[in-house]
Amino acid sequence: MNKVILTAQNISKQYRLGVVGTGTLSHDINRWWASVRGKEDPYLKIGAENDRSKKAETDYVWALRDINFDVYDGDVLGIIGKNGAGKSTLLKILSRVTMPTTGKIKTKGRIASLLEVGTGFHPELTGRENIYLNGAILGMTKAEIKAKEEEIINFSGCELYVDTPVKRYSSGMRVRLAFAVAAHLEPDILVVDEVLAVGDAEFQKKAIGKMKDISGNDGRTVLFVSHNMAAVKSLCTRGIVLENGTSVFEGTAEESVDYYLSQNQDIGSNLSWNEEEAPGNDKIKLLSISVMNENDESNLFIDDEIRISYTFKSKIENSTLGTTISVSNQDESVVFSDGTLIFENQDSLVGTYTVTAGAPKKLLNSGSYYVSLIFGINKRYAVANLENIVSFSVNLGKDIKHNKRMPGTIYQELEWQLKKNE
Amino acid sequence: MNNDKNTIQDSDWLYEISSEKKLLDFNFKEIWRYKDLLILFVKRDIVTVYKQTVLGPLWFLIQPLFTSVIFTLVFNNVANIQTGQVPSFLFNLAGITAWTYFRECLTGTSGTFTKNAGIFGKVYFPRVIMPMSVTISNLLKLAIQLSIFAGFYIYFVASGRDISPNANLILFPAYVFIMGTTGLGLGMILSAMTTKYRDLSVLVTFGVQLLMYLSAVPFPLTEILEKKPEYFWVFKYNPLAQIIEGFRYMTLDTGLFTWWGFFYALGFSLVVFFIGLAIFNRTEKNFIDTV
Repeated sequence: MNKVILTAQNISKQYRLGVVGTGTLSHDINRWWASVRGKEDPYLKIGAENDRSKKAETDYVWALRDINFDVYDGDVLGIIGKNGAGKSTLLKILSRVTMPTTGKIKTKGRIASLLEVGTGFHPELTGRENIYLNGAILGMTKAEIKAKEEEIINFSGCELYVDTPVKRYSSGMRVRLAFAVAAHLEPDILVVDEVLAVGDAEFQKKAIGKMKDISGNDGRTVLFVSHNMAAVKSLCTRGIVLENGTSVFEGTAEESVDYYLSQNQDIGSNLSWNEEEAPGNDKIKLLSISVMNENDESNLFIDDEIRISYTFKSKIENSTLGTTISVSNQDESVVFSDGTLIFENQDSLVGTYTVTAGAPKKLLNSGSYYVSLIFGINKRYAVANLENIVSFSVNLGKDIKHNKRMPGTIYQELEWQLKKNE
Repeated sequence: MNNDKNTIQDSDWLYEISSEKKLLDFNFKEIWRYKDLLILFVKRDIVTVYKQTVLGPLWFLIQPLFTSVIFTLVFNNVANIQTGQVPSFLFNLAGITAWTYFRECLTGTSGTFTKNAGIFGKVYFPRVIMPMSVTISNLLKLAIQLSIFAGFYIYFVASGRDISPNANLILFPAYVFIMGTTGLGLGMILSAMTTKYRDLSVLVTFGVQLLMYLSAVPFPLTEILEKKPEYFWVFKYNPLAQIIEGFRYMTLDTGLFTWWGFFYALGFSLVVFFIGLAIFNRTEKNFIDTV
């Protein structure tokens, strides 16, 4: 077993809700007075769990609560969790951008973080000058950068423009140059946010490939935050799952991904709310939603039609009102989306409506899916955006060609023709 | 690092991230490791200020020259303030050159956190590098402005004016140091406080204007002593007035110089610098949550 290179002990982070105003000053004074008398910060005792769906009861919230983990030399640790689970906060603490409220992280190696590529790029400086500046910001010394300068320029593919100010670059070139610098960092521990894998498909491939190089071939320790379960499975050796600011699971990457996915399936495929608690806003409230087959059964098979039906209350008048459904899979990529106009000519009326949309048989492969709803007016503005509001599972069919799951996002039975060539 | 045991000794840890605050956490070793970044920031500041301007670095000269011309017209010609055998223009240029360095250090560093929130929110490096780089890059501007001051100095000497520096000129580096540390110290205090209370950034812009008059930039201290002696204490206890007056004394041999004033200003600058550093250190740890 490798030795521990980084350890996090009881990491917690408290944030204050609301705006900075006159109340801040009085809290500051209270806190100062407590510290003068040698007492504990009075506001550390309170604070709600980081659960966005609940209404706030205090002014303070724990974005992270008592996180403990060890990272061994050579580990690639995936940190997964839903939006708002505390992943970014943890990253910020690890990269020393902000401090934990309590607890500590001890490390034996230098940490470099890549929360964003191109931090500190100055538009007026040339590409070459920016390589030096950006490299130094990320913690390289001038000698280190000089040794890698040619390599970085080659990797970025910007040889021709390297002495041109960066403001003349296309945005793609800028990202490539920035990533090239970042990819040649050689810290003991690298902290990476998945959002940096932006850009076109080719570039994303390159970025993920480089990540694999760093973690696999160089044996570097990497902490990787991601929504992309496929990437976590293929890149990481271990994983931790965060939920509402606490660590709920720790294990191998596979186990962590499975745990995370199983946690997320249970939204239910037939939901209804009373009006106070209904999701939405003061203009649109979703009262109920269900996913059924053509016989109103919620147990779905590949050879069933999928009918998504929902009831909502609208207070929008005299607008063109439309609604869009999008269905996404476990990897959080959208499989399809479609919409319709409920009122076409700026003539919407206040009222409660039920919409049903049917998807054909043998479209979705077996697996779990999430439905998101968007309500828009005048074909331009979204008035309500209800993400992953309901989930459903499609099971292998009774009457289909394959009796086990074929790989693929969608299910297809192709028409095959065979002809013998003379 | 090469111990095979899994047991962790505290001495093995390279560093620790925690909420514990030390009063003066000035890690020289770490700043030294980032010295290249400091140099690159200084270079960036100097190279990029006047990029894509026609006059370029000439702006470094135009600002003090025009201000001196205006001051000479308003204070010396209209308000009839006397500057002795020293040409009023040169008198004003001396004051403005010194004042400009202080002002640039103060305003340049006072926005450190708010201006760099984007970059500070993404990567770690010793935050103090930022204000330090501002102070250093301003040194170059000071050098350019001093050269124009020297140019006019020679011109006036050549045209027969009886002016000469005195032995105090040996204190020149000390004065630059005092101006730099005072500006940096005050700037760090302000930068730390503006992260939470934005009111201060408004205050700085016009406060600096007022402070210039309270620091006797456009007039000699003797003028106050003669006309309004009851307000003299304002200038006596304003370390900046002491610096400006001392600067003019050593270069032009005019005005009131006391060793008390010199050491008062030096002491003040050091106190402000360390207070600034302490506040800055406290703020850098969590400012990203409030900014």
